[in-house]
Amino acid sequence: MSGVRTEGDLAPTPGQTVGPFYGYALPYDGDSALVPAGRADAIRLHGVVTDGAGAPVPDALLEIWQADADGSVPARPGSLRRDGWTFTGWGRCATLDDGSFSFSTVLPGRRRGASGEDQAPYVAVTVFARGLLDRLLTRAYLPSDAAEAGSLLSSDPLLASLPPERARTLVATPDATGFRFDVRLQGEDETVFLTHA
Amino acid sequence: MTSTTHASPAGTPSGPGLPAHSQAEISDEIAALAAEDGAEAPRPGPRLDYAPYRSSLLRHPTKAPHQVDPEGIELWAPCFGQRDVHALEADLTIQHGGEPVGERMVVTGRVLDGDGRPVRRQLVEVWQANAGGRYVHQRDQHPAALDPHFTGTGRCLTDDDGWYRFTTIKPGPYPWKNHRNAWRPAHIHFSLFGTEFTQRTITQMYFPGDQLVDLDPIIQSVTDPAARERLVADYDHDVTTHEWATGYRWDIVLTGSHRTPTEEEGA
Repeated sequence: MSGVRTEGDLAPTPGQTVGPFYGYALPYDGDSALVPAGRADAIRLHGVVTDGAGAPVPDALLEIWQADADGSVPARPGSLRRDGWTFTGWGRCATLDDGSFSFSTVLPGRRRGASGEDQAPYVAVTVFARGLLDRLLTRAYLPSDAAEAGSLLSSDPLLASLPPERARTLVATPDATGFRFDVRLQGEDETVFLTHA
Repeated sequence: MTSTTHASPAGTPSGPGLPAHSQAEISDEIAALAAEDGAEAPRPGPRLDYAPYRSSLLRHPTKAPHQVDPEGIELWAPCFGQRDVHALEADLTIQHGGEPVGERMVVTGRVLDGDGRPVRRQLVEVWQANAGGRYVHQRDQHPAALDPHFTGTGRCLTDDDGWYRFTTIKPGPYPWKNHRNAWRPAHIHFSLFGTEFTQRTITQMYFPGDQLVDLDPIIQSVTDPAARERLVADYDHDVTTHEWATGYRWDIVLTGSHRTPTEEEGA
């Protein structure tokens, strides 16, 4: 075994923590602005990352990946050099000292449920942090109101497979400018993280 | 160093004002967890619940990850291109109009998916300490020299066969506050995207023959020795260039893909 792979050695390379010093390497101008914050159809997706003691995590890094407003999957470069017009579907945001993060983006197109019904979209979320030895993957569902948030819990296959109190950790709360989605790394109410093996 | 530098979470035994653990104590904990995992099927990745890395204590999920079939957006990855990454960003030694201090080196390898297919035209980001073990980061207070000719960040796109290549300076080891006399082995951070969202990963590449590897709770959180080896580059004299730079080779394999051929055609 080594870091040079021979034919057939396709075991995945283990992940390692992002560490404390990514701040001068990974964030960049415009990283969290998938669309300019002032645009008419812009929404804000924001929240706080907390640890097992409920303390904010000031050295976490979140990435989101999502469909366009019409539901299509973006296949356009330009995330690292944003022009303000091209929607790439991907963004990155380092948390601030109070553990907060904030993206400006658009609401992804609505999905079709198992029986063809119109369903709230979600944004795919990746979480990195100092102290977190591998990345975590999750979803932030974006319901239009509290009633839809409730119905999602029984109609979405992933959410329906979880106890309601766990499923709720994946459902963002609509607010005046968009959605609030908190990430709790540890504890009774910790966020549901996903594996796709 | 300030207490914000590499600080352990409040309430842990190595917190400010409390006696720090020794390397021997940390090494005992590392050995105990290796023995515990050695009795089980090997884990492909790191343990998230890994107390020898003190910062993980309050930051690891306690519940097992929930199994889900990826769908929709999760079957795709963001797209990066020439407009995102300039070709010169792959050379970390030419960013400041002067030669950085240290051992010039090239690191190259292939990015493959779990089915062995090259990950083409995809973003690779790296960051690292300088030759003296110092990061250009305000929280790094290690009293080693900053190098005005070296920042330690780079980007490139893989080629059509999945190859990446960076020219850089061999990073130095550096002390951190996990325990008393704790030193990170020299390493380069790598950030990788695959062809699907689920393949996103960030990891660290280590150097062959580094005796700090055995003492380091971050690489030792990968408790399977074979998996750990996959984090260690090889010295490769065919990558080394005459009178210019030493060479290392390190391949990266992401997790398997989930897209069906039909979805692939729809790309």
